[in-house]
Amino acid sequence: MSDLIFRTKGLTVGYNGKPLIRDIEIEVKAGEILTLIGPNGSGKSTILKSVTRQLKILGGAVYIGEKDLMQISLKELAKQMSVVLTERMKPELMTCRDIVATGRHPYTGNLGLLSEEDEQIVDESMESVHVLDLQNRDFNAISDGQRQRVLLARAICQKPSVLILDEPTSFLDIRHKLELLSLLRDLTRQRGIAVIMSLHEIDLAQKISDKVICIKGETLARYGTPAEVFREDVIRDLYEIETGSYDPLFGSIELEKPEGEPKVFVLSNGGSGIPVYRSLQKDAIPFAAGILAENDIDCSVAEKLAAEVVKTPAFETISREAADRALQLVQSCETVIDAGLTIGETNQVLKTVLQEAERFGKLKKAAEQ
Amino acid sequence: MDNKQTTERIDLRKRRLRYEGVFALLIIAVCVITVLNINIGSVPISVKEIARIIFLREGDPTQMKIVWNIRLPRIITAAVLGGGLSLSGFLLQTFFSNPIAGPFVLGISSGAKLIVALTMIYFLQYVGQVSSLTLVVAAFAGSMISTGFILAVSSKLRNMSALLVAGIMIGYICSAITDFVVTFAQESDIVNLHNWSLGSFSGMDWGNVKMACILVGIAGVLTFLLSKPIGAYQLGENYARSMGVNIKLFRTALILLSSVLSATVTAFAGPISFVGIAVPHLVKRCLNTSKPIVVIPACFLGGAVFCMFCDLVARTMFAPSELNISTVTSILGAPVVIAMMIKRQKEKQ
Repeated sequence: MSDLIFRTKGLTVGYNGKPLIRDIEIEVKAGEILTLIGPNGSGKSTILKSVTRQLKILGGAVYIGEKDLMQISLKELAKQMSVVLTERMKPELMTCRDIVATGRHPYTGNLGLLSEEDEQIVDESMESVHVLDLQNRDFNAISDGQRQRVLLARAICQKPSVLILDEPTSFLDIRHKLELLSLLRDLTRQRGIAVIMSLHEIDLAQKISDKVICIKGETLARYGTPAEVFREDVIRDLYEIETGSYDPLFGSIELEKPEGEPKVFVLSNGGSGIPVYRSLQKDAIPFAAGILAENDIDCSVAEKLAAEVVKTPAFETISREAADRALQLVQSCETVIDAGLTIGETNQVLKTVLQEAERFGKLKKAAEQ
Repeated sequence: MDNKQTTERIDLRKRRLRYEGVFALLIIAVCVITVLNINIGSVPISVKEIARIIFLREGDPTQMKIVWNIRLPRIITAAVLGGGLSLSGFLLQTFFSNPIAGPFVLGISSGAKLIVALTMIYFLQYVGQVSSLTLVVAAFAGSMISTGFILAVSSKLRNMSALLVAGIMIGYICSAITDFVVTFAQESDIVNLHNWSLGSFSGMDWGNVKMACILVGIAGVLTFLLSKPIGAYQLGENYARSMGVNIKLFRTALILLSSVLSATVTAFAGPISFVGIAVPHLVKRCLNTSKPIVVIPACFLGGAVFCMFCDLVARTMFAPSELNISTVTSILGAPVVIAMMIKRQKEKQ
């Protein structure tokens, strides 16, 4: 296919001649974002270093367009591929504009003087990531978020068809992470650049990527679209998560649930229970949650956090068994919390449950907690 | 956008003006110090006389001799070697990405000094004379030995201060051996060696001037031609590679050029301290940039001014006795380096 910009064939990468990951087969098209995820030390950087020729490739081949990466000159490669690296540079007395302008390096003459056209490309690159007003500031005097954007502008200024970023969000707070990634998303789409990057934040990776690679062990653990990769079992296995869980629907991560006999019974629906669940979890109090329709947002969170969930099929009147179990829990738990119930046609039985709890003197409103 | 572009243009113009100002000042300084250097001495020569002697080649025969055979060659070598030394420092700072690297602190000058001393003694003993080319080759060999050692250490130690300590130690070892050799070589010719080993621009003839100009000239031009990859390398090795710089070739070129430059200086004038660190630093501050394409020529001019001035002080301060050139460069250069380190530390906090 003609819009296939980057692909590898049986690529083997590693350090000092020792293979770390074998048989890597990746394909990235114009305008696509490919994200590498995996635990620390799994080899994300090794792959990125190999495809940028910082490390020797131990086997197989990498193609940029139709050309073999190892066959083209470094200068030719520089016109096809640019990078944003993790290493923190501390250039002396360089303005942000100076930094961005280094991106023109592969295009300038022997002395590296910028033409009028080069200057315009620098302007335009800085404008596109909103750093033009920083251009005369010293690069060492700006914030981490600004720095990453300037480096992104530098990479764009190199006019690549493939952009490689090694953990671009590492030093950033959440606002700047989102800002950087959405910029990246726009740039990729607008300019038809193929992006390959590694990310630590699996929640963000799920949302920004077109394709995801999980790296663990000798071969790629998994390679596919976010929908194929971001499954609870895959993520749990990839990161060997033992003390918590991952929700593939929201891409959220939960801490380990408090195990044991439920001491508190939380009654809620439509999301009202979630803050109560979290606060109980923080205090390590095992709790039960109910009576939740299977499609309720509370239900999917409760399954990660509650010791027991009383469920009932969606859009139907609460089942007999569920009602019975709820009444039992009212008796066995020390406290029953009404976290904000909405009662309608199908869940009339909850009124009975509330009355029962009231009768035992166990009922509390969430606000009283 | 338009507004931003106009402010940018203004800024570019300001920058250019600053560069031009610094270069103009440096060139004026070169001229003034040259005249002062010819003017002041045990036989003072008036500016009018100087102009006549240099441009018309006529005047008092003794004064002609003093100017043409003694003062002029000395000034020119001081300028050329000073410029070379400053470039050599700039190259090493680029190579190690460390502003305190220089041929003297890394022991490269001392290595050159040792091999030159051994060569001199050998040649004077068994051949009777020694050509300046031989000395340059010997100095180059010495530089490369020290540099090789420093590179071997730097591949083991990623820590920059440890590298500097290693360099200073190499410097001490080489100086100690040189002193030892010089002390026990009591031939009358070798008495000169003692003066040389402390560093001095005295006793230069036109042959030396020519040789120094050719070597420093070639190395200087090549350095200037490297300004594009040097600019890329300032962002770090990996970024430079991603911009198409062949790192192995580039690093080799840096080391060879800086060694040729410092070897030339050492062969003619002995080891000279602190010029290689202080001058590039001051020049960058004045220009307020580290863009190699302006910094490299300014470093050369700055080094020339600095060394000519130091030589003037060395020659005239306690006339008729002369100071070693390193005595003066250290007194003027070391405080700059200390100030630079303190400022850096403050910036980190």
